[in-house]
Amino acid sequence: MTTDAEPLATTAPPAPERTARAKQSLGSRLAEAASGGLVRVFLMVVGLFWLVPTIGLLLSSLRPSQDVAASGWWEVFTKPSQLTFESYGELLKNGDITSSLLNTVAITVPATVLVVVVGALAGYAFAWMDFPGRDWWFLAVVGLLVVPVQVALIPVAELFGKIGLFGSVVGVILFHVGFGLPFAVFLLRNFFAEIPRELLEAARLDGAGELRLFARVVMPLGGPAIASLGIFQFLWVWNDMLVALIFSDSGSQPITVALQTQMRQFGNNIDVLAPGAFISMVIPLAVFFAFQRQFVSGVMAGAVK
Amino acid sequence: MASATAAGTGPSPEGPPVPVAPKSRRSVTGTRRTVAALFLLPALVLLGALVVYPIGYSLIRSFYDQSGDAFAGFDNYEALFTDDGIRTALKNNVVWVVFAPTVATALGLIFAVLTERVRWGTAFKLVVFMPMAISMLAAGIIFRLVYDQDPDKGVANAVWVGVHDTFAESSAFPKAHPGRQSPLEPAGGGAFVTKQPVALGETVVLPLVGVAPDRMPDGAKQAAPAEPEDGRITGTTWQDFTRGKGSGTPGGVDSTELGYPGMRIEAVKDGEVVASATAAGDGTFTLPAEADGALLRLPADNFKEPYNGLDWLGPSLVTPAVIGSYVWMWAGFAMVLIAAGLAGVPRELLEAARVDGASEWQVFRRVTVPLLAPVLAVVVVTLMINVLKVFDLVFIIAPGSSQDDANVLALELYRKGFASDQPGIASAIAVFLLLLVIPVMWFNVRRLRREVRR
Repeated sequence: MTTDAEPLATTAPPAPERTARAKQSLGSRLAEAASGGLVRVFLMVVGLFWLVPTIGLLLSSLRPSQDVAASGWWEVFTKPSQLTFESYGELLKNGDITSSLLNTVAITVPATVLVVVVGALAGYAFAWMDFPGRDWWFLAVVGLLVVPVQVALIPVAELFGKIGLFGSVVGVILFHVGFGLPFAVFLLRNFFAEIPRELLEAARLDGAGELRLFARVVMPLGGPAIASLGIFQFLWVWNDMLVALIFSDSGSQPITVALQTQMRQFGNNIDVLAPGAFISMVIPLAVFFAFQRQFVSGVMAGAVK
Repeated sequence: MASATAAGTGPSPEGPPVPVAPKSRRSVTGTRRTVAALFLLPALVLLGALVVYPIGYSLIRSFYDQSGDAFAGFDNYEALFTDDGIRTALKNNVVWVVFAPTVATALGLIFAVLTERVRWGTAFKLVVFMPMAISMLAAGIIFRLVYDQDPDKGVANAVWVGVHDTFAESSAFPKAHPGRQSPLEPAGGGAFVTKQPVALGETVVLPLVGVAPDRMPDGAKQAAPAEPEDGRITGTTWQDFTRGKGSGTPGGVDSTELGYPGMRIEAVKDGEVVASATAAGDGTFTLPAEADGALLRLPADNFKEPYNGLDWLGPSLVTPAVIGSYVWMWAGFAMVLIAAGLAGVPRELLEAARVDGASEWQVFRRVTVPLLAPVLAVVVVTLMINVLKVFDLVFIIAPGSSQDDANVLALELYRKGFASDQPGIASAIAVFLLLLVIPVMWFNVRRLRREVRR
């Protein structure tokens, strides 16, 4: 349903001002031109304001640590010779960082795939199967949309402790799947419910079983919603720190937690933190730029999370 | 509510936000219930174990004491309002909930409306929306750098000090003060004044010490003794200190010593400034005849500490500073949702108002904003829920020294539950957070029930 939401590129149709403009005096047209200029300047300043923090991180990550300790990143504009990939090179030799990057991938990919598959199975059942209390069950799941993850931290930590999942990648994955499911079921059920009934019936007449119908008809048709959900969940899990902070240990921690443990010495280790933070941002930013449209619709549908 | 309504702000706002399934959605496949159960099982098991069971567990745990053995009644909830740490957290959460969503939404609204008027609106939106894609940890590191106290390193203070110094002159001689056997004495408020009045034709020496060599102004030249002049008062003010040799001749202008260019000198009679002068590069100055019999004063302006900007991450500013970083992350979210809503506003309405002679501001205030009210409400409520759970930004940006002052409930829950081993109180905080979102949960379900049933 929400898959064709507004991409960022939406610009409203240009206001049909022609007729009004003809009636305007020269003075008010001048005033309009001036305010148009003001708007441009204002937006440019704001845009710069929004970019500067990130640029600061990028340039800090590209300067040798002794320069970072001595002066601000803007010094590279006068001394471009400072720029170097030294810190990145050092960082990639740091075993903690590289293994935590691998952990991030090892957590994010399964957590995304599982949420899509499990959510789609349930979404399909809620949309097209008949069983008692179906709508009530669905509403109960929707009710869980806004439950804060904080509520589950202590109980699940205890639960994982009992069954030996505490500190493992699997535990982190499961937690993300659990808290990703309400949104997944909500989004996919609503999307699947729009599939034309005839398509499903035709497939049924061809003798397709329930599982086959799901895999061959429903999933492909659900592509746009699945893409939105997948991208949203991917970014959510990739960017998570809190859940991993609690459920992972030093061997299974993702990059966010590895960098967080460095925060204590903030100031002396910008050469680790800045490039580390930037590396952790590269994949989400690439996903964001590549799948803007799906991301926006995911964000719009998942506003509550 | 948020999810369902937000979804309805797509390009076809007239379409139903939640699609209604065909009238009879009796299973097309004539499924047996066991099959349905199998499809649902994985989701229900995971939701039950990881979301529903924890809610019940937290609820019960919140009524037990620290060890979990003894029933504690409402003690843990009482702690919510008596424990200092939690009270600070509550207070900060109120500040967060009031300011962060409104500021982010207001900015989002302004950006959404204004970007419609420029050709590069899409690029602008990309820039503002981009922070949503990165982790709060990365945003936290970004803003730790931005808020660095040292104006030579943190961009926030660099800009702030730059603006400040444009309007308020900075002083050149922060730590300067009279040495031993000086003719000068402190006059209160950081100024220095001569012990004896001056007379016409005299040459005055105003020696000071204490300016670090690398902090001396660029225009400082070798100090020169002043030439006496009839009908005037002349003098020298300089750094009476020779490196390696101590103070040279105390009170005497030595060839190795530097003048204080730009030092202001005032002649004061009976508390009134009767004349003033500014020292040249070699430290010499000349006062007119009016200064006869006056005391010479070096006003405090000369010795002000250089302005070092704001202590962004100190106790009093840390919460607004972290809220600033949150707004940086989430204003784009508000902007995109509002822009989508704006695209659905009928252009004719705006045009009609313009033709009727309404100014752009009136069109915005009287037509656009009321039409967008539902979207604005969704955005604000969504951000409020989000803000209740804010953790990472505070945890990362607030340095250890001011983390107590920046505390919020989600952070306090983490500290109580995992750092200080008080799961009872942590559970009470969790239940409290849950209670705060229950109205939204109820609204979501009620709204959807109507649509599912239709």
